[in-house]
Amino acid sequence: MSELENKANDDGPGGGVHHGTNNGPEDDKGLGLGVVFFMGAFLVCFLSGWLLFPKLLYSKKEQPFNFDHNLHVEETGDCESCHYFREDGTFSGIPGLEACMECHTDEPMGETDDEAVFVDEYVAQGKEVPWLIYARQPDCVFFSHAAHTVAGGMDCKSCHGHIGESSSSRPYEENRITGYSRDIWGKNIWGIKKNSWDRMKMDDCADCHLERTGHKGYCFQCHK
Amino acid sequence: MKIDRRSFLGLGLGAAAGIALSPVGVKLTDDSSIWTQNWPWTPVPEDGKITYDRSVCNLCPGACGISVRKINGRPVKIEGLDDHPINHGGACLHGISGLQYLYDPARIKTPLKKTGNKFEKISWDEAISLVAQKLGEIRESGAPESLGLITGADNGSMARLFDRFMGAFGSPNTYTMPSLESNLAQTAAALHSADRRLGFDLDHSDFILSFGAGIIEGWGSPVACIQANASRRERKAKLVQIDYRLSNTANAADKIIAVNPGTEADLALGLCAVLLAKNKISTNTLSGDVSKLPFAAMLEKAYTPDKVAAITGVNAADIDALAMAFIKAKAPVAVPGKGRGDAGSLREFAAVQALNALAGRLNKAGGAFVMCPADYLSFPENVVDATAEKGAGKAKLAGSVNELADKLETDGGLSALFIYNANPCYALNAPEKIKAAMDNVGFKVSFSSFMDETALKSDVILPASIFLERLEDVVSGAGLAKTVVGLCRPMVNPVFDTKHPGDALILLARAMGAGMAQSFAWESYDACLEQVTGKIWDTLSGDGYVVINDKPPVGTPRTDFTFLVSAPKAAASNGEGEYTLVPVDKMRLAGGAMASSPFAVKTVPDMVLSGKYSVVEINPATAGVLKDGDIAVLKTAMGRAKVKIGFNEGILPGVIGMPRGLGHAFNNPYVAGKGANVNDLIGPVIEPGSGLDAAFGIKASLSKA
Repeated sequence: MSELENKANDDGPGGGVHHGTNNGPEDDKGLGLGVVFFMGAFLVCFLSGWLLFPKLLYSKKEQPFNFDHNLHVEETGDCESCHYFREDGTFSGIPGLEACMECHTDEPMGETDDEAVFVDEYVAQGKEVPWLIYARQPDCVFFSHAAHTVAGGMDCKSCHGHIGESSSSRPYEENRITGYSRDIWGKNIWGIKKNSWDRMKMDDCADCHLERTGHKGYCFQCHK
Repeated sequence: MKIDRRSFLGLGLGAAAGIALSPVGVKLTDDSSIWTQNWPWTPVPEDGKITYDRSVCNLCPGACGISVRKINGRPVKIEGLDDHPINHGGACLHGISGLQYLYDPARIKTPLKKTGNKFEKISWDEAISLVAQKLGEIRESGAPESLGLITGADNGSMARLFDRFMGAFGSPNTYTMPSLESNLAQTAAALHSADRRLGFDLDHSDFILSFGAGIIEGWGSPVACIQANASRRERKAKLVQIDYRLSNTANAADKIIAVNPGTEADLALGLCAVLLAKNKISTNTLSGDVSKLPFAAMLEKAYTPDKVAAITGVNAADIDALAMAFIKAKAPVAVPGKGRGDAGSLREFAAVQALNALAGRLNKAGGAFVMCPADYLSFPENVVDATAEKGAGKAKLAGSVNELADKLETDGGLSALFIYNANPCYALNAPEKIKAAMDNVGFKVSFSSFMDETALKSDVILPASIFLERLEDVVSGAGLAKTVVGLCRPMVNPVFDTKHPGDALILLARAMGAGMAQSFAWESYDACLEQVTGKIWDTLSGDGYVVINDKPPVGTPRTDFTFLVSAPKAAASNGEGEYTLVPVDKMRLAGGAMASSPFAVKTVPDMVLSGKYSVVEINPATAGVLKDGDIAVLKTAMGRAKVKIGFNEGILPGVIGMPRGLGHAFNNPYVAGKGANVNDLIGPVIEPGSGLDAAFGIKASLSKA
C-alpha cells in the first residue's frame, strides 16, 4: 500500500471501508443466490447447446423414396455399375433416370412400396428423381473421383462409409445456415470423428493428404 | 432471499460459460463463415453431365471449327476444335466469348413491327403475312426490281437462298457489304476472271510482304493467320510489314517499312517497276496475260524510284532493296488489305496482286492462289415467272452498296429493302448518310439478331437465331489458301422467339404463293440444306467439315492488267486540317455486322478506350500543344468527336490513328456508348470503276477540349 492510501484508511469512520464491514452477512446470501443462478443458467445453456442446438441447426428431409443399396449391390455386383466414370473420366455421381432404366422397366421389378413410387411418379412421367445428396461438397471445391479411386487406389468406403450395405435411406439433414449436408461436418456436433468417413471438411482432406503424400496440398489444387 | 445484481451476473456468466463449453460457438463460427460464402444471389452453375459438340463459328469470315462444352445440354464454353483444318484447336477472344451473344441485352426477342417511332411485338404469322402483303403489292405494281437486298456475305447456302428469293421475286438489286472477301473477289474479277476468289498461302511462304494487312490483328481468317505467323520462326519465314504505324503485326515483323497512309498501291507498283527495270521479271505476254506490255510501259514511265519515293515517303534505296529481297525469296507473297482488309480501293488490291502476278507467284505453294469458288451446292432450278424475268433483267441501281446509299439519298429508287447479316448504318463511312438513304426506302425488313443501328431503322424485324442456335454451311474465304466447308450446328434451342433466316425466307415465299412458293418448296431450311449439299452432306454432317481443296490450284491463270493501265487515281484524303485521320483495326474490337461481346470489350486496353473516350494515337512530334491524356476535339469535314490523346512514337507524324469498332449506339450497356465511331468522321470516296469506298482517311484537326 502506498503512503497516501494508508493515510486515507487512517482517516477513521465514513467512506467505503466502513460501509463494507457492516453488510457482511447479506453479501454471503447474495453470492449464494448468484451461484444458484450461475449453475442454473450454465446447465440450461450447456445442455441446450449439446442437445437442442443440433436439432435446431439441422432440418430433416426424407428422400423421395427409400432406396435399398444393399439389394442393388447384390443385384448388380458392385458400386461401379451405377456410380461409374464417364468416358472423359468425370464421375457420374448419382445415376440419372436413364441409367436406372437400363435395368428397370415401366413395370416394378419387386413388390416394395418404394419401387411403386419410383415407377409411378418418376418412370411413368419421365422425371428425374430429386435425390438429396448426403456427400455433396460445395461448388468452390474441385474434386476428382478418378484421381482418388483410380489413380490413388482408395475404395469408396474411405469417404462414403458403409452406405453400400444400407437397406434404407436415412433422412437427409441440411444445415439451416449453410445449406450443406450434415455429413460434411459429421454427425458428431463437435466434429469428432472415429472413422475416416465420419466427416469431410477441408481439414479431413488435408489430414489424409498429409498421411498419404507427406503434404497437405496447396489451395489451388482443390479451389481452382 | 433477494434477487440482486449479483444474481443477474451469475445468470449471465452461467449462460456464457454453458454456451462456451457447448459446441454452439465452434459450430456457429464455422457455419457463419460458410454462410458468407454462399450468398443466395451468387450464381452457381448447374452440375451435370459434360458433353462436347462440334460446330463452326460464324462471327467472322474465319470459319473456325469450335467445340462447345455443355453441361446437361446447356452450352457453357466454346473452345477451338483440335482437328479442324483451319484453326487447329485455336480460338480467338470473340469466338470463346460467343456464348454471350445468346443472352445479349440487345437481342431481338420476337418479331417486331414499327408503329410511329416505336417497335411493337407481333407474332411470326403476323410478321410474315405483313411482309408478304407488302412484297405482293410491289410485285403487283409491276416493279419487282424496287426490292433491294443488303447482305454481309455472298457465299454459302444462305446467300444462295437470298439470291434465289431475289431472282424469283424479280430484282437484280442485291448488294454486298465490303469485306476482305468481296474486295478480293473484285480484284480477281478485275485481274483474272470473274467468279474467282484469292487465297494467300501464308503457311508455306518464306517471305510475306504485307501491305498493311493486320496478319495477327484480324485479317483474313484470324486464327489461321495468327498460327501462320507463329510458325514463321520455325519455317525461317520473314514478314515485312508496310505500315504507317507500329501495329502489333508490324511489331512482330522482321522489318517495317513506314509508308504514307494511302500510298500502299504506289509502293506496290514501284516494286513492280524496280523488278521490271532490273529484268527480274519477264515482260513477255504469257499464258494469255492481257495488257502486260502497256502496263510495263506505264510502270517505267510513272513509277520511277524517285517518283515512288516522293509519294510513299520510302526512300528509293529501300524500295530497291525490298524489291530484290522479295524476288530473291523462294516463296514470296504480297498480301493486300490494310487492317482487317475490309476497306481499301481496288487500285490498292490490284497493285499488290499485280506484284504477285509479275513475280510469278500465282498458284505456287506459298504464293497467291486464284481459286474457283467451292462448288458444293446444287439448287434445283429457280421458278422465274414473267414479272420476275422482266424485273431481274433491269439494270442494277448502283454498282456497290456505297453507290446505292448515294443513289437512295438523292433519288430514292427502292420501295423495299431486305437487310441480312449487315449493319450498314454503323459499318460504312458516314453512317448518317446511310441512315438518310434508308429513310428514303418505304419498307425495310431486317433479319438481324440484335437491335443494332440498322435494325433500329427497320420497319419490320424477322429476328434471326444466332449461329449457336441454327444449322448452316459456312465456307472458308477471306484470303485463306484452302477451301473448307464447315457445318454450323444448333448447340441450343433458340433462347428467344427467333427463327432461322432460311426458315423465315421459306415461310415468306410460301406466303407469297404461286411461283415463289414453288421456288421454296422445302419443308424447312434444314431440309433444304441437306438437299442442296447432297454431294457432301454425309461427310459434312458426320465430320462437321469437308476440305474441298487445300492444294495450289493447277496452272497459271491469265492476268489482265487493263484496270491498272487505265491509271486509276489514288483517293485523296478529303477536307481540311493539319492531320490525316486514319481508322485502325484492333483484334479485340469486332467490325462489320457483329458488335463486340461484353467480354471482348472488357479486354480492350485503356490505350484504345479510356472511360467513355476513344483514344487516338498521335506522334508526340506533331502533337503541338496537346499532351498525352488530354481530352481533345477531333474535327473533320464530316463531324466531330471528343477523344483522348494517346502519344505513340510508333505512328507517322501528322497521322491520327483512331480505333474502329467503338461508338455503337444501341441498347447494350456493355458495348454501346463507349468511345466514338470513327466512321462518323470519315466521308466515303467512291472509286470510279470499282464502286468501292477508297477513303483511307480524311483530313482532320485536333484542338484541346
